[in-house]
Amino acid sequence: MIALLVRDLRLAFRAGGGFGLGLAFFLILVVLVPFSIGPQSALLASIAPGILWLGALLACLLSLDRLLALDFEDGTLDVLATAPLPLEAALAVKGLAHWITTGLPLVLAAPVLGVLLNLPAQGFGWLVVSLVLGTPALSMIGTFGAALTVGIKRGGLLMSLLVLPLYVPTLIFGAEAARRGAVGMAVETPLLLLAGISLGAIALLPFAAAAALRMTIR
Amino acid sequence: MIPDLGKYAEAVLGAYGLSLLLLAALLILTLRRGKKARAALRRIEEETARHGKG
Amino acid sequence: MSLWEYANPVKFLALSARVQPFAWAAAAIGIFVGLAWGFFATPDDFRQGSTVKIIYIHVPAAWIAINAWIMMLVASLVWLVRRHHVSALAAKAAAPVGLVMTVIGLLTGAIWGQPMWGTWWAWDPRLTSFLILFLFYLGYIALWEAVEDPDTAADLTSVLCLVGSVFALLSRYAVLFWSQGLHQGASLSLDKEENISNVFWLPLVVSIGGFTLLFLALVLYRTGTEIALRRTRALGVRLDRHT
Repeated sequence: MIALLVRDLRLAFRAGGGFGLGLAFFLILVVLVPFSIGPQSALLASIAPGILWLGALLACLLSLDRLLALDFEDGTLDVLATAPLPLEAALAVKGLAHWITTGLPLVLAAPVLGVLLNLPAQGFGWLVVSLVLGTPALSMIGTFGAALTVGIKRGGLLMSLLVLPLYVPTLIFGAEAARRGAVGMAVETPLLLLAGISLGAIALLPFAAAAALRMTIR
Repeated sequence: MIPDLGKYAEAVLGAYGLSLLLLAALLILTLRRGKKARAALRRIEEETARHGKG
Repeated sequence: MSLWEYANPVKFLALSARVQPFAWAAAAIGIFVGLAWGFFATPDDFRQGSTVKIIYIHVPAAWIAINAWIMMLVASLVWLVRRHHVSALAAKAAAPVGLVMTVIGLLTGAIWGQPMWGTWWAWDPRLTSFLILFLFYLGYIALWEAVEDPDTAADLTSVLCLVGSVFALLSRYAVLFWSQGLHQGASLSLDKEENISNVFWLPLVVSIGGFTLLFLALVLYRTGTEIALRRTRALGVRLDRHT
C-alpha cells in the first residue's frame, strides 16, 4: 500500500506529472475574479469564501482526468485488479495520493489567495479548516468519478458532468462554514456536517469506485 | 368556453401550453424511436430466418 | 448473449403487450379528466387567482420526476443483484421521461412564480433540489450514451444511480440547511395536502393518477424499444459471424 502511495506521489511530482497545474489554475481563477466583477473590496470580501471554495473545487476537478487514465492505458490498473491488495484499498490510496498532490497544496495556497480577495482576518482560520475537512471528500468523489469514466474515450467532459452534481453537498457545507467563519458566526454545524461527508465518502466510495472499475476492466 | 382567467391568463395558458407541448414531444420521440427499432428488429429477424434455412 | 434475450424479455413483452392498451387508455382519460376538470371546473384561489390551475400539471410532473428516479434506483438494484436485463433497460427507458417531467416541473414552477413571488426563479430549497435532480438525470443519461458495451453501461449507470441517490438525498438536506441561512422557505406552498381543500384536491389526484399511468405506459413502451434494439444488435452480431 505504502509502495503504491510512494509510486503515485513520485509520478505526480516528476516533471510532467501535473503537480502544480491545479495550483496554477486555482491562482489564475482567483486573479480573474476581480477582473470580472470589479475591484470593490467590500464586495470581494463578502464573496471571497465562496470563490475560494469554488476555485479549489474546480482545480480539484481539473486534475481528476489523470487520476486513473494513465494507469488504465499502461495496464497498471489490470495489475492492481489482480494484485493481492484489494482494489478498494488501492483506490483509497489513489484518492489519498490525489489529495496529497492536489487537495493539500490547495489548502495551503488558499490563505494566500484569500489576501488577494480581501478575506476578513477572522475568516482565514476557518477557511483552512473547512478546506482541510472538505477536500478529502472532493478527492474521494473524484476517484469514484474517474473510476466510472476511465474506460470511456474522451470521458473528461462527461466526468465533470457526473462529478459536479456529486460535489454539491460538500461545496454547500464547506463554503457555508468558510462564509460563516468570515463574518464571525458559529461554524460548528456546517463543519461537522462537512466532516461527516468526508468520512462517509472515505469509508464508502472506495467500494463503489472499485465496483465501477471492475465493471470496466473485466 | 374558456373560463375567465383574469390577469393571470398568460401565465396559466403558457404553463399548460408549454407542458402539453413537452409531453407531446416526449410522446412523439418515444413512438418514432420505438417504431424504428421494432422495424429494424423485424427486418433482421427475417434475414436471420432466411439464413437459418438456406 | 444467451438465454436472456429469449426467456425473460419475452415474458416481459407479453405482459407489457397485455397491460399497455389499458395503461395508455387510462392515462389519456386520467390526464384529460384531471386537467379539464382542473382547468374548466375549479374556482380560482382567493390569493393566487387563476394561477392555482397550474398545480394540476406542476404537482403531477414533480411527483413523477421524483418517483421516476426512485423507480430507476430500484431497477438498478435489481440489475446489480439479479442481473435481469429487462430491469436495467427499464431504468434506461425511464430516465428521459423523468428528465422531461423535471423540466415541466421547473418550467411551470417558474411561470407560476413570476406572478406569485414576483420572480421566475428563487434559490428556494425545493426549487434548488429540483435543479440538482435535473443535473443528476443529465449525467445518468449521458453515461448511458457514452459507454459502448451495453452490459458495462448498465453496470456503470446502476452504480451511478446508487451513489447519485445518496448524494441527491444529501443535497436535499444540504440545500435546506443552506437556504435557511439566506431566506425563509416558500411562503405559499400548495404541495402540503392538508391546506388544500377538496375542490382543488380531487382533480389533482385524478391528474396525478393520469400522469402515473402515462409514466407506466411510456416506460413499458420504451423498455420494449430498448429490448428490440438489444436484440437487433445481438442478431446483427450473429449474422456477421455467419457471412
